[in-house]
Amino acid sequence: MAAGTFKGGIHPYDGKHLTMDKPTTILLPKGDLVYPMSQHIGNPAKPIVAKGDKVLVGQKIGEADGAVSTCIISSVSGTVKAVEPRLTVAGTMVESVVVENDNEYTPIEGLGASRDYTTLKKEEIRSIMKEAGIVGMGGAGFPTHIKLTPKNDSAIEYFIINGSECEPYLTSDYRMMLEETNRLMIGIRIVLRLFENAKAIIAVEDNKPEAIRILKDAVQKESRIELKVIKTKYPQGAERQLIYATTGRKMNATMLPQDIGCIVNNVDTMISVCKAVAETTPLMKRVITVSGDAVKNPGNFVVLTGTNYSELAEAAGGFQTKPAKLISGGPMMGLALYSLDIPVTKTSSSLLAFATDEVATMPEGPCIRCGRCVAVCPGRIVPQKLMEYAERCDDKGFESLNGMECCECGSCSYICPAGRHLTQAFKQSRRSILEERKKL
Amino acid sequence: MKEVESLKDMYNVSASPHVRSGVTTAQIMRDVAIALMPACLFGIYQFGFSAFLVLLVSVTSCVVSEFLYERLMKQPYRPYECSAIVTGLLIGMNMPATIPVWIPMVGGVFAIIVVKQLYGGLGQNFMNPALAARCFLSICFTTRMTTFAVDSFANSGASSKGLYLFNYGFAGLDGISGATPLAAMKASQAAPSLLDMFFGYHGGVIGETSAMMLLIGACYLLYRRIISLRIPMTYIATFAVFMILFGGKGFDVEYVLAQILGGGLILGAFFMATDYVTCPITKFGQIIFGVCLGALTGLFRVFGGSAEGVSYAIIFCNLLVPLIEKITMPRGFGVGGKKLAK
Repeated sequence: MAAGTFKGGIHPYDGKHLTMDKPTTILLPKGDLVYPMSQHIGNPAKPIVAKGDKVLVGQKIGEADGAVSTCIISSVSGTVKAVEPRLTVAGTMVESVVVENDNEYTPIEGLGASRDYTTLKKEEIRSIMKEAGIVGMGGAGFPTHIKLTPKNDSAIEYFIINGSECEPYLTSDYRMMLEETNRLMIGIRIVLRLFENAKAIIAVEDNKPEAIRILKDAVQKESRIELKVIKTKYPQGAERQLIYATTGRKMNATMLPQDIGCIVNNVDTMISVCKAVAETTPLMKRVITVSGDAVKNPGNFVVLTGTNYSELAEAAGGFQTKPAKLISGGPMMGLALYSLDIPVTKTSSSLLAFATDEVATMPEGPCIRCGRCVAVCPGRIVPQKLMEYAERCDDKGFESLNGMECCECGSCSYICPAGRHLTQAFKQSRRSILEERKKL
Repeated sequence: MKEVESLKDMYNVSASPHVRSGVTTAQIMRDVAIALMPACLFGIYQFGFSAFLVLLVSVTSCVVSEFLYERLMKQPYRPYECSAIVTGLLIGMNMPATIPVWIPMVGGVFAIIVVKQLYGGLGQNFMNPALAARCFLSICFTTRMTTFAVDSFANSGASSKGLYLFNYGFAGLDGISGATPLAAMKASQAAPSLLDMFFGYHGGVIGETSAMMLLIGACYLLYRRIISLRIPMTYIATFAVFMILFGGKGFDVEYVLAQILGGGLILGAFFMATDYVTCPITKFGQIIFGVCLGALTGLFRVFGGSAEGVSYAIIFCNLLVPLIEKITMPRGFGVGGKKLAK
């Protein structure tokens, strides 16, 4: 049965109080906007504009290319300055469209027109999502129209909306649940039209009582949507752990949620679905938390995609102390940044700045076999043993101990008293194994 | 992209996660050392200066051996890890106060150099270093390791004070008496009362006499979540069941309790069997480990020649750890799960 939690996991310092009660404010971009053509899992989109072209707000500038891909939309009006590789959050150079903002925000025709989603067919809903460039906004960026196209629509029993936001410091999903409750519910209703046998479950961690109160009211009149309060623990928002906590069903890394009748989506994604389908507004904005002890005025901002990260820091009053580490995303799974000169993408959720780097200040020592990693691993595998294989680059051994079940949540590295870089080593082993599999 | 002037201008980059729990190896070892303090202090109170000297010598011996070895091998010396201190304390606690001080010194060197460092240092030893040292010393210096009562120098008739100290340590200057309750029971003599055993008013090695002081330390470790009850509880419970079945006294609560409190069981179960390096890392493995320990301790005590059995049971089970881990590897979350029929 649904336990509302899972075995293992950790309770890191959550730091959410810094921004929890800060309503979102709109941040308009000052500089050029950069739209990387790869903001999602799968093939990069193809740029369909060239240098010198005029673009409008809501205009498609990147076309989905291939089976797994999605579109890229311009969030401002202006002139295309260049189509060239630009630095992105992962530290790689990605082909991007650079738009010089004319600050007019001239919309494309029909932008924002309301649409009656109840008359739309399933295929229409999915193609709208694709054209609107909607991806999973929890971080992975899997194109939503593909995720919501399982082999068999009627076999989906649970549609789970991930409102757990288990990463420390992040409050963007929380603010969305409070401020955009209505759109969230509409987004869910739209998706439920795709799955006639499904029941929707909004999962919220019990450290968000305000969101729970508001959503409880919102679901009261809904026959197919319910609220499930789950225990606060990291990584409660991980797909497999969330499915287990809400439905009691278990899946392993070789399965997809649809194999056990479930589909999981993020809160923010649902709001984007609502905007795209019911309001003809493609994905051009997202809510970003700017927080951390080095930030002067932590807060939540509605940001246009393509905005430079340095403008985020500026919007939060800049840095009060020189940050040692900057992170895009949560401190557990986010990416460390060496430069702020990168664009906000659909999957950006936060900019965190810390005055001290806990990783650099903790020396790595020998493993004392304390077993803490085993106790916290949500995948119920044995990081200590996997590490022995990972260090020797023994991929066979790594696989034999279920190394591919690792979800890279980082709990083992977090808890290790010897400061061992377990997750990092597992990431490398997993990449190497996946590369080998591709070759076969 | 702007050219980056120098590495200094760049922010730190590392793989996620970017936060740490704050618990470190050094902290854990320090906590274990703190937890051993009540029993050590009681030992010193009970056996006097000689007990203090034994503890001091064994700790110093361990710390110095580790320092010298790591220096010689050009390894980074990590004094903050305190693990040598814990080993030293445990060696000292496992010795009678009547021991000549050169024996804990030899024990410290053996534990650190032979058992720990030669096998790869911290985390790599396959036996508990302190217990391996104790067993090594018990075999080499059986009489001295099991002498709990000595006549004072004046009454001993020894010809030279130097030779006397060499044989009986400093405790001999005042004279110390008291066989261990287990030895007394084994020889069918009267054992001290259960309450005396619990508080520690009986003979034995420096650190094992007071069950109460040991349990105070154990509670501290439990509170700090350094150890869990899994190993100690299964160990003691299995041992109790074994003694009821095979102890020859049937369901005799007093006898079983005396067996639990009278020897090294509490010290072994809470502080030595729970040694991270030499116990199974899997939860279920720890339960099997505890059961093996209990059964073996019972076996050694009931059917063995010596009244004690804890040390040998633990180091023997240390050898089983790789096997136990192999058969208790968890399956992985959802591994083997079935897809729903479509």
